[in-house]
Amino acid sequence: MFWIYSQRKDMLAAISPILGVGYESLLTAGGGRENCPALHDALDFEITMIKFLLMVNKQGQTRLSKYYEQVDIEKRPSLETDVVKRCLSRKKEECSFVEYKDFRLVYRQYAALFIVVGISDTENELSIYELVHNFVEVLDKYFSRVSELDIMFNLDKVHIIIDEIIQNGHIVETNKNRILAPLLALDKMAEAH
Amino acid sequence: MSDVVEKTLSALPSLLSLDSQAGAGKLSPSSKLGNLIKGITELTSKHEEERLIKKELESIKEQVASPNTTMRQMKEIMVRAIYCEMLGYQASFSYIHAIKLAQQGSVLEKRVGYLAVSLFLNETDEFLLLLVNTVLKDLQSTNLIEVCMALTVVSQMFPKDMIPAILPVVEEKLTHPKEIIRRKAVLALYKFYLIAPNQVQHIHSKFRKALCDKDPGVMTASLHIYLQLIKENPESYKDLTGSMVTILRQVVGGKLPLDFNYHSVPAPWLQIQLLRILAYLGKEDQGTSEMMYDVLEESLRRAEMNHNITYAILFECVKTIYTVHPKSQLLEKAAECIGNFVLSPKINLKYLGLKALTYVVQQDANLALPHQMTIIECLDHSDVIIKRETLELLFRITNAQNVTVIVEKMLEFLRLTYNVWFIQTMNSVFSLGGDVMQPDIPNNFLRLLAEGVDNVEDRQLRLFAVDSYVSLLQGETAKLPQRFLQVISWVLGEYSYLREEESDPGSVMRLLARLLDQRHTSTETRSWVLGAMTKLCSSPVYSGSLNTVLRQKAQELMILSQDTKLRARVLPAEDSSLSFLDGYVSEALAAGAAPYKSPHQRQEDLVQEKALSLEPYGLSLPVSLSSCSITDRRSPTLLSMSSGLSGNSTELSHQEGSTTLKLEGVKRVWGKDGYLAQQQSAGETPTPLVELPSPLLSPQSPPSQTQKPSSGLEPDQEKRQLASSLFVGLGSHNSVCLVRFPSTVWLFIKHCQSANQSNVVKALFKPLPLLLPVPLTVSTGDYGKMWLSFSHDLKQNLQLVTTEHQEPLTATLDALKGKLHLHVVDIIGSEGIVACRLLQGPGQGQPCLLHCRVHADSLAVWLRSPVPELPDSLLYHCQKALTET
Repeated sequence: MFWIYSQRKDMLAAISPILGVGYESLLTAGGGRENCPALHDALDFEITMIKFLLMVNKQGQTRLSKYYEQVDIEKRPSLETDVVKRCLSRKKEECSFVEYKDFRLVYRQYAALFIVVGISDTENELSIYELVHNFVEVLDKYFSRVSELDIMFNLDKVHIIIDEIIQNGHIVETNKNRILAPLLALDKMAEAH
Repeated sequence: MSDVVEKTLSALPSLLSLDSQAGAGKLSPSSKLGNLIKGITELTSKHEEERLIKKELESIKEQVASPNTTMRQMKEIMVRAIYCEMLGYQASFSYIHAIKLAQQGSVLEKRVGYLAVSLFLNETDEFLLLLVNTVLKDLQSTNLIEVCMALTVVSQMFPKDMIPAILPVVEEKLTHPKEIIRRKAVLALYKFYLIAPNQVQHIHSKFRKALCDKDPGVMTASLHIYLQLIKENPESYKDLTGSMVTILRQVVGGKLPLDFNYHSVPAPWLQIQLLRILAYLGKEDQGTSEMMYDVLEESLRRAEMNHNITYAILFECVKTIYTVHPKSQLLEKAAECIGNFVLSPKINLKYLGLKALTYVVQQDANLALPHQMTIIECLDHSDVIIKRETLELLFRITNAQNVTVIVEKMLEFLRLTYNVWFIQTMNSVFSLGGDVMQPDIPNNFLRLLAEGVDNVEDRQLRLFAVDSYVSLLQGETAKLPQRFLQVISWVLGEYSYLREEESDPGSVMRLLARLLDQRHTSTETRSWVLGAMTKLCSSPVYSGSLNTVLRQKAQELMILSQDTKLRARVLPAEDSSLSFLDGYVSEALAAGAAPYKSPHQRQEDLVQEKALSLEPYGLSLPVSLSSCSITDRRSPTLLSMSSGLSGNSTELSHQEGSTTLKLEGVKRVWGKDGYLAQQQSAGETPTPLVELPSPLLSPQSPPSQTQKPSSGLEPDQEKRQLASSLFVGLGSHNSVCLVRFPSTVWLFIKHCQSANQSNVVKALFKPLPLLLPVPLTVSTGDYGKMWLSFSHDLKQNLQLVTTEHQEPLTATLDALKGKLHLHVVDIIGSEGIVACRLLQGPGQGQPCLLHCRVHADSLAVWLRSPVPELPDSLLYHCQKALTET
């Protein structure tokens, strides 16, 4: 019930240290904004970013979760349940974007598996919608026709793939070959052992 | 060893062409991880999950403690711990082992160790310090895979204070021969920039080198840094415009290697990133904007393929075109593009079109005009999200002329979506906003309740309203504002019959009677209450009630109210001199009783004795307002009282009052024979839709306004009327005037998904008039400490005050200081910090801090306080103060 408020607190807690230091340095340096872009950054209300990525099945069970903004571990399950409920209640002919609290959800369904991405208001929904598909294409390429079980049995590898695509809530790589390169190198090493 | 790895990496492209079998099936289902996964898939309840995970955590704990556990096993254990944490169960005892695995494991194990660390820990965790040495070692490793993973973890999280320890090594990697290492080094530096910008200030020149890197991946990575830098300080990076334009042109022109394509579109996400950067560079800068017109046009032209990703690019392109200095030719094309989006049968594109429109109408509200009919269709769309987006769009074009209709649409949306919540929210609005509210709000609310066909849903809404009001009246009513009491009376009078028969039919009547007796009830409210009682009496529930006394009374009242002569006979006018008591009084006086004193005299005596006034405070409602809410033609006729009283209604309501009921032109709801059919009166209901000036329907209207969607369907009259009232004022007014109420309702809509609604309501509808700030004198240092300790905050842009001889920031803060008694703690550059404290009200004695920053033409204000109501309340007063200046 209180999620939105406590969630905000978490986010603020994440920002606050930056702000605190920013202000101190601002004061000791005797002014001059250029000394503390972090303060500026923290105050910029429109940070375009991905907040989380979830893979959830139709029964609402989380198969993978990756957060780019700190959310307390105890609060994650209720957030995830809530998010899935939002997406499951949507009809096929309705749009793939949902307003959720103070951000938006972009979801895409693959068989029984939903991939849901939480994004900030300023992010481009359709580009994220396609990013999800790009991600699935990468998984398909790696697992040759990926299934829910592949993801479950290779949770670590799927995470490694995601780490190549998204960092700090930003899209850092979309080239499929390059996304898979580090993981394939690891596999090669493991085989050699 | 290093040779092997070098080979592995360089041989990757050829490896990829093989159908990789590296994936599934390697794990034997009999392993511990396999068992856990099997257990998880078989779960049927939360309870089972808890048992399974608790058991798993015990087993993991045991295993990690054992000295015999190998690193290989530890890798599997970490994946199991990741599972437990993913399901919401803390496995903090395993964190240290994750770090150990990253330190001591072989390559694959090390990667899982790093992965577990990045999933388990957050950026401020002290555990991260233990990782610094490992990272440093791996960065210097000859094994490229290890360097790669160290850079990956660094760009995800790293302790801010330890950056200097690894910075030189990371910088060195910027010149590494392998693109992947250079790319990851740039991303690591981006992370450093995010968490400690001062640390990387000296290497800005190296960022430029990365931007010019021959590898597109490295260049792309550097754009993250530049987007951030340019966003913060566009002036310093104007010289990059040319490079950005060139890069975009090359990407759009298909100059990148083919594997950067996504569904034959060249590097779409890179294009979007570049368009965002161009938007920041060209904003409010004609010279810079001119440099990018060509490439923007080319982007628009190239993105013609029918695929989602091209639409995503188009959307970004349109946004950029409307952000940079305008060029009419481009704007036309962008508007056309938005039109295609809005008209698209694909729902996702329609959504995007509405979003784009919402963005552009902030610059030019007239852009919504060609799409009026589509917007109106979207208002009735079956998809709530589309509807909501449309409302946001309407909210942006709200002006003084169409505010009523738009608010009504917003309320309608709320009603449809959240019946119960709606009533509760409106209760809070009425009880807190009370008598300071615009009269339109209760009017709209009542109309909402009354409108619509008499279907189950409508009835439920009404019934819920009735029930909630009955329980409200059963409690303390003294604090309820008069307006709210009037609304309550009307609803009870009109819809009490919906209540279950078995509930005591007299209860509502008794509650109303109690209201009538209370001294704080204003005369106007009394007339509403009486009206409600009259309706109740004539209702079959009472006149046909099984309770004979009630039935008798109801019938009597009904007959008496209809027959003046009879009434005069049965209830003769009182003898005001009470002469028939003279004998009794003289007897009593003779027996020594105190002589009678008039209430006025008694009051004076009391004042002399105690100096306490027992009179209620004067009404805050101006008389003109109170009477006009009934007679004003624009208010819904449903506010009217029963017309069954016809001629002698004034007598019944009250004789002494200045506010008498005027019933001409009022809909007859109740007739002699009971409730009049609704259809009978539907035609005469004057709706504001018709009354509002509608320039769009007039023959002189410009051609763009009469444009219709290409669908060719003749839109019906109703929709056009709606359009004319929604878009009124757009053609003539360029400045969009935002009225406070729509923004409030909008906030409601924005927050209505939140689970805890009562908090939202509390936060939004604080008792405004109670705010009395006094300056709070603190030092800058104390301010900083307080700032960090406060948990409730709010951000908003306010308008700046401009004077001739002062900086806008100083002028604005001075204005606020003068009007609201705030203490300006410090002003540094374009930022200022302000503090105040409240004398009265809910947050008595509590401080509220403001951080103000000049941002373009407005003042970005961030308020913080330990009390949730304070920031919003203060913000409202700031807004008011600045508008008045």
